[in-house]
Amino acid sequence: MEDQVRKFIQSRFSEAVIREDNFRGDQSFFLKPEALYGICQAFMDDSELDVHFLADVTSVDWLGHEEEMGGRFEVVYNLYSIQHKYRFFLKVMLPAENPTVDSLTPLWNGANWLEREVWDMMGITFTGHPDLTKILTTDELEGHPLRRDFPLTYEVPQFNWNKDDPPEVLK
Amino acid sequence: MEQKTLTLNMGPQHPATHGVLRVILEVDGEKIVKATPVVGYLHTGIEKTMESKLYYKAIPCTDRMDYLAPMSNNLGYCLAVEKLMDIEVPEKVKWARVCLAELSRIKSHLVWLGTHAMDLGAVSMSLYAFREREMIVDIYEACGGQRMMTTYIRIGGLAYDLPPDFEKLVRKFLKEMPARLDDYETLLTNNQIFIRRTKDVAVISAEDAINWSLSGPMLRGSGVKQDLRKDNPYSGYENFDFDIALGETGDAYDRYKLRLEEMRQSLRIIQQAIDGMPSGPYRAHVPGVVLPPKEDILHKMESLIFHFKLITDGFKSPKGAVYQGIEAPKGELGFYISSDGTNRPNRVRVRPPSFVNLACLPVLCEGSLISDAVCAIGTIDIVLGEVDR
Repeated sequence: MEDQVRKFIQSRFSEAVIREDNFRGDQSFFLKPEALYGICQAFMDDSELDVHFLADVTSVDWLGHEEEMGGRFEVVYNLYSIQHKYRFFLKVMLPAENPTVDSLTPLWNGANWLEREVWDMMGITFTGHPDLTKILTTDELEGHPLRRDFPLTYEVPQFNWNKDDPPEVLK
Repeated sequence: MEQKTLTLNMGPQHPATHGVLRVILEVDGEKIVKATPVVGYLHTGIEKTMESKLYYKAIPCTDRMDYLAPMSNNLGYCLAVEKLMDIEVPEKVKWARVCLAELSRIKSHLVWLGTHAMDLGAVSMSLYAFREREMIVDIYEACGGQRMMTTYIRIGGLAYDLPPDFEKLVRKFLKEMPARLDDYETLLTNNQIFIRRTKDVAVISAEDAINWSLSGPMLRGSGVKQDLRKDNPYSGYENFDFDIALGETGDAYDRYKLRLEEMRQSLRIIQQAIDGMPSGPYRAHVPGVVLPPKEDILHKMESLIFHFKLITDGFKSPKGAVYQGIEAPKGELGFYISSDGTNRPNRVRVRPPSFVNLACLPVLCEGSLISDAVCAIGTIDIVLGEVDR
């Protein structure tokens, strides 16, 4: 199955693959962000490999390792073939400034909440997402907590509901 | 202008939402037109906390996500770290872990059964289910000293050796449980009220279930044969003989029968694990990564030094990323650990089964009655600690 997935990607999208990685049996492909949607679409249309299950979408912040990784943010797509019992990963590297990648929600409904969570926690924008809003953090929280430069213990004051419009006594 | 639909707020404090889940329902009379789940009320930043700690010290965080099945969470995290560090654990550890993980599956399903039946009006079910759960909790207490937050499974082994009365307690449980499961069936399986509340309610087709990334009983209830214990065996599950329970129509009643069958299969696995439990050490011997056994720390200087170094400084992991998924009671629980070569993980991602399964709630309850929304929330089997993390 490992070779079949490689052949599938290499034969049709050879210029989109930056490199392939295999660590402890987890096969992963680093792709160019603009080619991601097309590859996933091809997997969805293909019935032989049966890669129709998107198990997870997550992201990693490589602050301080941008040079060697080729970008600050890594978005990891965890794909699984139920028929062949095989799991592999598609990864894209995104720049620190305005990280953006195509949303996979048109292909998988399951990507909806997973991408919302990545946006909320890591601040990666998914273009084409129907409802890219906060999901886990409170509305008052500014910033994206899972970024490496977000402080661990700092707390934003929560009682700021009338900060912009203070009562008469305080004016 | 006359308004046709009414917006109804359900939760966050509502007995049927099993915690702090809020659902905004748009209703037309009794019919739900639109349902929007709102989560995040219990968000505590567990992933961020785990990233700030040494690998060992993150284990207690995992208990607190799915607090109904703590052993499964411990197992998932420890297997992921063992995969990252390339550690092979002794046979006894594998068998004990399988036994404990299956006990936690029964424990989680019992709480689900009790609360789900209670939501649908069968209040006495919860008393029976919690009575049996108590036996499992007692086994946990004998193992790790804690009833719920056990932190018993550690990287490379277990926290302590299995207690002397472990086998006796488990055998007692195995003897009593099958009859109790039959009792539940007499109370619910042919109960007309229960059938009418669950049959053809909260239906999801196999294609939809795959498209919504569902896992566990939610996926198998629709007839998709996917179980990581069989498909990608971990912790020695390939040595055990059991069947995968499958549903047909993907409604709440199917999932009820499926979870009962899963409990029976878990009992089979526990029986095999306790009968064939090998003897041997309860921790792998990997100096510098796995903590030495407690007896050695008290008597050997080198072990004491290793212990001190590991607790204060941790161990350095190779650079790379691993993913380990396990079949938790609620679905596929995965840990994605990305390491940058230091003694702390660069990123720990938990793939929470409840969170992903909950996303399909609108599909399950749109077009049905308000009371069916209660059934839909119950049948997904969510734990808000895990949804929000």
